[in-house]
Amino acid sequence: MEENALNEMKEMILKYVIKEYVDDDDVEITYETPLISSGYVDSFSMVSLLVFLENKFKIKIPPSKATPEAFDSVNNIVALVNQYLNK
Amino acid sequence: MSKRTLMDEHPTYEELTRDFNWSIAEKDLEYHHGDNINIGWYCSDRICNKGNADKTALFYEGFGGIEKKYTFNDIRLAGNTIGTFLRKLGITDGDRVCLFMDRVPELYLSFLGILKIGAIVQPLFSAFGEDSLFVRLENAQTRAVITQKKHLSKVRKIRSKLPGLEFVIIVDAVKPGELKKGEVLFSLDEAEPVEHFDIFPAKAESPSVLHYTSGTTGQPKGVKHVHYSLISQYLTTKWVLDLHDEDIYWCTADPGWVTGTSYGIIGPWSLGATQCILDTGFSSQAWYRFIEKYRITVWYSAPTAIRSLMKAGDEVVKNFDLTSLRHLASVGEPLNSEAVIWSQRVFGKPFHDTFWQTETGSIMITNFPGMKIKPGSMGKPFPGITAAVLDPETFVPLDEPGKAGLIAFRPGWPAMMRTYWRNEEKYREKFVNGWYLSGDRSTIDNEGYFWFIGRDDDVINTAGHLVSPFEVESALLEHPAVGESAVTSKPDEINMEVVKAFITLKPGFAPGPDLELDIMNFIRKRLSPMAMPQAVEFVDSLPKTRSGKIMRRVLHAREWGEEIGDISTLEND
Repeated sequence: MEENALNEMKEMILKYVIKEYVDDDDVEITYETPLISSGYVDSFSMVSLLVFLENKFKIKIPPSKATPEAFDSVNNIVALVNQYLNK
Repeated sequence: MSKRTLMDEHPTYEELTRDFNWSIAEKDLEYHHGDNINIGWYCSDRICNKGNADKTALFYEGFGGIEKKYTFNDIRLAGNTIGTFLRKLGITDGDRVCLFMDRVPELYLSFLGILKIGAIVQPLFSAFGEDSLFVRLENAQTRAVITQKKHLSKVRKIRSKLPGLEFVIIVDAVKPGELKKGEVLFSLDEAEPVEHFDIFPAKAESPSVLHYTSGTTGQPKGVKHVHYSLISQYLTTKWVLDLHDEDIYWCTADPGWVTGTSYGIIGPWSLGATQCILDTGFSSQAWYRFIEKYRITVWYSAPTAIRSLMKAGDEVVKNFDLTSLRHLASVGEPLNSEAVIWSQRVFGKPFHDTFWQTETGSIMITNFPGMKIKPGSMGKPFPGITAAVLDPETFVPLDEPGKAGLIAFRPGWPAMMRTYWRNEEKYREKFVNGWYLSGDRSTIDNEGYFWFIGRDDDVINTAGHLVSPFEVESALLEHPAVGESAVTSKPDEINMEVVKAFITLKPGFAPGPDLELDIMNFIRKRLSPMAMPQAVEFVDSLPKTRSGKIMRRVLHAREWGEEIGDISTLEND
């Protein structure tokens, strides 16, 4: 995937995560911020994030790959999405 | 060296139960009928008075490597300090004070402080959305909420609809200029510790904790507990969780739910045990590292967490030294036999299933340490508990082994709820023929072991959290696209079951994946992540009786591959 497109994807996912899962305006969320282990996104909410990714990028992520580790930062999510975009 | 367990001292279950009396706990706690019995005092001051003031009460680890440690003297002082702060605001005995926080130390310490002034603790899960929060605060007529800045926006959204909510207390940094009317800051780290404190002289029947639980119909019910619940919680912690003086204990439950207070605060601290709190999201590595680091010996967790650990695999376990683990127990949902067998294989010890409810306040049916475990069974009743499986039609105990019926208990154990808050009628409905009906079904085998079957109503138990279909359906109707809805559960490998919504749309709306996601997020924010439908199915119509009542059971049976049963009243089959 081209760098520009990758950056756009990262930015879009970051914005979505902030909008949907972070209530505190003063918290700074970056591409590296842990999302699951920090408690911003819990295991139930992870399902809605998964649906967002599958809808947005027209991909299907197998349940076995939708692990807390794979969702633990925007960078990890982008890496996961990228695997299935290229298939 | 292995420690002596309860069953070492009482070789048979019959011997254990034969001469049982709750006075065993009263004697241990030096409580006599009519004495004061303030749980806040028992969990802190009494332990200090017994010479354990410097013993560690709490090891806390939060996200980002934040570590804190509190001795029993520290938690005694913290309870006094928080109690003093609340009293200065005018909070007094009988007032409801809500804890709406993550698992930060202030949550645990405020719990003690609220009890010490005789107020009633109303713990609510911090992931609750604004609607869930509102109905519970409104029902309890809560006077103060103690929260964190990160959850403040949810409280602010509903504040104007709660005239009785006088104070919102924020325990972390908010700039004073940003505070709104009725909001106050309280920093435990900056407050002057209060050494001497006039503890409220709570009696056995003084109210202590108000936990909310969901039912099939109507709004959530506030389950009122009293200070005398300590007697059951103390003894079940000692006998079932097998806590000894040297143990390091970890209860993974959030105090927003009853396990997190009965066995995450009251039980261990009344025994003077050291406990650990991990306030981060779930990951198998993080959990194993935590056990290794603190040399945890007794671990009380939940089937969903255990199944998630199973999913992470056996290999990851080998990267950690978990040899400190001595006793494992589980609660919240039925513990499947595979999980028991797996834990025996990877930890060298089985998880011991325990069964109880918000209403029972303490463990009712259990696998004692040292007792023969039948994987998949709930175990046997705790001494002093009369449990039976009742015929669903006659409410008479079934004598025949293996016959399915309703799990019921004879009232009278110390931790039993005293009422549903402002809903005495619903409370009375829980009793038939002198039995408390749990709402769960099981069988009993020929050795007296109970085997869980399922709920007797439509309530969804997802990862140990009860979700009311009624609440979800009511919230769905507020979504602009939803015409009608029916909510049921569908099987889930990790969470046992999850919420599924069947929806008919209003004219002008078309089904699609974006609408599905919008509906999911709508419920997640309004109610909670657990209540969020993990699947939405758009349908043209819902199965109804001829009188127009939606037949959830038809949809439930379809999801679970079960017989639909009698559908003679179905209107549109």
